[in-house]
Amino acid sequence: MIIVKNLSKSFGSLQVLKNITNHIKEQEVVVVIGPSGSGKSTFLRCLNFLESPTAGEIIIDGVSLTDKKTNINRVREEVGMVFQRFNLFPHMTALENVSLAPIKVRKMPKEEAMEVSRQLLKKVGLSDKADVFPAQLSGGQMQRVAIARALAMKPKVMLFDEPTSALDPEMVGEVLTVMKDLAKEGMTMVVVTHEMGFAREVGDRVLFMDEGSIVEEGAPDQIFSRPQNERTKAFLSKVL
Amino acid sequence: MNYVWQWDFVWEILPRLIKHGVVITVELTTISVCIGTVIGLVVALLRISKYKPLQWLGAAYTDFFRGTPLLVQIMIIHYALPVVFNYTPVVWVSAIGALSINSGAYVAEIFRAGIQSIDKGQMEAGRSLGMTYGQAMRYIVLPQAFKISIPPLGNEFIALLKDSSLVMIIGLQELMGTSKLIVGRQPRVLETYLTAAVLYLIMTMSISRLVRYAERRLKAGDHS
Repeated sequence: MIIVKNLSKSFGSLQVLKNITNHIKEQEVVVVIGPSGSGKSTFLRCLNFLESPTAGEIIIDGVSLTDKKTNINRVREEVGMVFQRFNLFPHMTALENVSLAPIKVRKMPKEEAMEVSRQLLKKVGLSDKADVFPAQLSGGQMQRVAIARALAMKPKVMLFDEPTSALDPEMVGEVLTVMKDLAKEGMTMVVVTHEMGFAREVGDRVLFMDEGSIVEEGAPDQIFSRPQNERTKAFLSKVL
Repeated sequence: MNYVWQWDFVWEILPRLIKHGVVITVELTTISVCIGTVIGLVVALLRISKYKPLQWLGAAYTDFFRGTPLLVQIMIIHYALPVVFNYTPVVWVSAIGALSINSGAYVAEIFRAGIQSIDKGQMEAGRSLGMTYGQAMRYIVLPQAFKISIPPLGNEFIALLKDSSLVMIIGLQELMGTSKLIVGRQPRVLETYLTAAVLYLIMTMSISRLVRYAERRLKAGDHS
């Protein structure tokens, strides 16, 4: 589904990603963990080209993002993204937030887009909030609207960039529940998170990143119970 | 101090000052602000473009028209350009042209500040949904930036209304031009110019009331 080959990214003289190679399979849930500044968010943002790689290749569903001829907007239609800070559109209701892209990008008739969006809001448990503006929602509700918004494009892959890090602790659960449901339905997901419980329970594979490289990867059970690398051990001893 | 103020004269000239002066000034300013807003939007988008030549073009525009006196710009447009391009200038067109082009430079800076104050995540969220830069700008960033820009746009409207008095220099009979004409025939200078000043004041205060009202309305439905 997603093939990453020798991906590197530098900001000026600072190299934040070093030669990352990985293959994310269809329906796989990959959880990326690591200390802050390890490059995990940058890695994720490269996957939909919010950051353009300095070197290397990214292929999603057979389409090379790094190919100059590729229309990146078409690729992004298939790759949903959920941000740490939600980034809901404050001047639109929850329903308008969800239906905007299907209407403007997919050219879906308005009625149909509204119907699809209502169903998605229902799916994330927010049927009653359709006509409410983001400012009147809690953090957890905003993030669920943001997930519905990304799903409205019917993406093949969902990227989550620390989706629960900006939330009050009591709201983390409701967002993780929605993500778990999504994983169960077979969505291909790449999740950058500090929620080790989620990684262990839902992840098919865990990538541990440090200083711009994938230092260790494996099944959650293996990474959390029998980490091999010293840096993985050091990190996990601090967070678990 | 043996000037005798004549109220009669004020009442005599008032209808004329309103009918010819105020109406023309309001029309002139409103049309110019509208055109200036369109110019301002385009120039603001140039200035935030990622292409350097476009940035430079936008910067050159704002620098030139904010950095030179409006009076000089009016003279250039009405007297200098027709010589170079060999056409007969029309007072109205020159006036609206100069005021629009000038206010466009100020509006550009207002919009640029507004756009840049919108969180970067808004554009990213739009792009991540497959929108083009233009779509994300139009549906997500600009509506929010425009809302933020309303108070400074109101100030620009007021500034332009006052500056519109400068176009009397090319012979347009707006409020100031009409006043000058009246004084030329009947030299009741104090009555005429003070009346004009009060009329300007009423107009500018009306605009600022209007802007404050619009602001309150938007705040009442504030969703951000």
